[in-house]
Amino acid sequence: MDFDYTPDEQSFRQEVRSFIAENLPPKEQRGKNFLGTWLEKVRAKGWVGFAWPKEFGGSDGGLIEQAILKEEMSLAKAPPLGTSMMGLAWVGPGIMEYGTEEQKKKFIPDILDSKVTWCTGYSEPNHGSDLAAIQCKAELQGDHYLVNGQKIWTTGAPWSQWIILLTRTDFNVTSKHDGITCFLVPMDAPGVEVRPIQNMAGDKHFAEIFFTDVQVPVENRLGAEGEGWKVTVSALANERSSIGEVTQLQAKLDDLKTLVKNSKRQGKPASEDPKIRRTVAKFEIKISAMKYNGLRYLTKQIKGEPLTSETSVNKLHRASLEIEMDDFAIELSGQAGLQLRGGDEAVDNGSWSKGALNWPNVVIGGGTPNIQRNIIAERILGQPKD
Amino acid sequence: MNFGFTEEQNLLKDQVQRFMKEACPMNRVREISKSDSTFDQALWQQTAELGWLGLTIPENFGGLGLKWIDLIVVLEAAAEGLGPLPIASQALASTAILACASEEQKASWLPAMASGEAVVTLGLYDEANWIDPAAVTASAKSTDDGFVLQGKKPFVNDALAANYLLLAVQGPNGLALAAVGKDQVTVTAQPTIDNTNPMASVDIDGVEISASDLLPMSDEQLAFLTDCGGVATTAEMVGAGTAILAMTNGYAKERIQFGKPIGQYQGVKHRLADMFVDLESYRSLCYFAAWAVYDSPEELAKAVSMAKGYASDAFAQIGIDGVGLHGAIGFTADYDAQLYLKRSKWARPMYGDSDYHMDRIATLGGL
Repeated sequence: MDFDYTPDEQSFRQEVRSFIAENLPPKEQRGKNFLGTWLEKVRAKGWVGFAWPKEFGGSDGGLIEQAILKEEMSLAKAPPLGTSMMGLAWVGPGIMEYGTEEQKKKFIPDILDSKVTWCTGYSEPNHGSDLAAIQCKAELQGDHYLVNGQKIWTTGAPWSQWIILLTRTDFNVTSKHDGITCFLVPMDAPGVEVRPIQNMAGDKHFAEIFFTDVQVPVENRLGAEGEGWKVTVSALANERSSIGEVTQLQAKLDDLKTLVKNSKRQGKPASEDPKIRRTVAKFEIKISAMKYNGLRYLTKQIKGEPLTSETSVNKLHRASLEIEMDDFAIELSGQAGLQLRGGDEAVDNGSWSKGALNWPNVVIGGGTPNIQRNIIAERILGQPKD
Repeated sequence: MNFGFTEEQNLLKDQVQRFMKEACPMNRVREISKSDSTFDQALWQQTAELGWLGLTIPENFGGLGLKWIDLIVVLEAAAEGLGPLPIASQALASTAILACASEEQKASWLPAMASGEAVVTLGLYDEANWIDPAAVTASAKSTDDGFVLQGKKPFVNDALAANYLLLAVQGPNGLALAAVGKDQVTVTAQPTIDNTNPMASVDIDGVEISASDLLPMSDEQLAFLTDCGGVATTAEMVGAGTAILAMTNGYAKERIQFGKPIGQYQGVKHRLADMFVDLESYRSLCYFAAWAVYDSPEELAKAVSMAKGYASDAFAQIGIDGVGLHGAIGFTADYDAQLYLKRSKWARPMYGDSDYHMDRIATLGGL
């Protein structure tokens, strides 16, 4: 057991820090073109798709270097390394694993160059957590498939150019995991209609998508017909360590402590209230548990030991932290905590009141806490499925 | 960066688990707990021969010269079977000797502790639920040729098994550890919720000791020993938590109600998942704290408070859920689940409950 980094890893961390110092001006000094320049520079560094194989334009980055890169970037509150979060997280890896040579050539460079943003067409009106029960239909008709059906709560759909779409090509199957087929579909294809949905925080991040007689060429199928579930499961398994999340949560905890130090409860400093102190300590413990769980799982990966679904452990911690930290902050601030950005008394420019309404983005997306509990009980503890 | 155990540590874990299964299965644990001494000398000698009592004692004093991260491998694995062996107390006592004694005293104490010949325990605080130098109320007063002890140590773990005791007192020049033989003091067993982990009071009133048997101890050394106690207890909570989760998880797969294994119901499987999440989390925090004892002492206080602060309440809940998910069988004296619930109650206040540790995290974190 040792928590030291090798000289190579340390010099990589230094390289990332110097890059940030040179290329990331304070927020107020960032001009209109900042993001574009930033994306070009991190791309030139090979830090977009850092872990991807070199043949696809990645850097073959090791697990520890990835963790260092994520940690330093989120410590500096840097913009993301590439604009297509989903493209980088699972669409790209899915294409590299299951795609044809043409698909690899067509889609991978645009993800790395932040030219194309992807969204993920999984959930349907009647099938969210029960993902494999999807009904959106695709029928082979000569050189193309005809897609009819509906997706919903598709994050990023209002501004994405492409969607990775799960459909059902066979309805006569004994297992619902069979008969599913995955497609890569342009959002401007005729018959695709996007209707943004406003969430409770007032944002329009997700949408319903209607597919009416949409023609998808056979060459846009990802993997074989009926193999869609396998493609999806292996794509989702590409989610990496939670190191970046931990540094973000630590930064949020620091802000929360500052708020506590500047707050009063019944006229007395809030930082002297035992309940408040212990609540903040509980957050700190959970974040540390995420950090050391993450490092244990990272070590397992490096040693080549199989990971089952241990990342669900940290997902559950993150879910409770995302819900509880903002909630604690607005409760601490009383009526002022309720004010949104722009209010005279709004606390920290309304970031806590916004956060108290925004947690489902992280908590529900990618599998609800109860789904994570099912995963742990069934895949790790071996309990029978429902 | 490597947050995993070495091949040697994994082998040590296997060795302890095998030993517990073969030499000290649960029926033997129950027998030993009911005996007058609550101690099995033959079993103790075996652990000494396996080297477990000298793990953290330097080689020049007859030990193996390893670290606390190696020691907790033994504590965790032995606690899976609720091993009634005072290994943690012995390790804490040797850590106290290393911290507070002269080289000469180390040479006279440590080899006998590594060989198991001396069974030594450590008694720190005299007030329930108070971790502070002021919670040491027993004292030592100077006499012509040494010291006379005053007061009582009400909460000393493994005092019945020990033949020597290191007891914190207020000395003439501040805190100190009084080294006394069992035959000098009056040890009275105190029944607790958990009879696999015996506690006793030690009456030291009027006991005279020689000048060299009072080891000076700074406030920082007391805090360090308390933190080591927290690491040892949390490691045992990891082991005991692992065992009760495995027992409950197995039962949920086999117990059929309403035509299905109860583990198929989300009311059951989600509790099991939450038990797993908590156990995994305080396990990670515990390993880090154990590593910090030697390799990052400046991080130790916070690391221990994270681990024990999480484990105190989490393991208590795991004990309750372990028994509760079993239904009436879990409540049955002949069934082992209830022994782990008792251990969770025992561990909760040891070396600081969750409130103590969370308060300390808040302070160390700048609040």
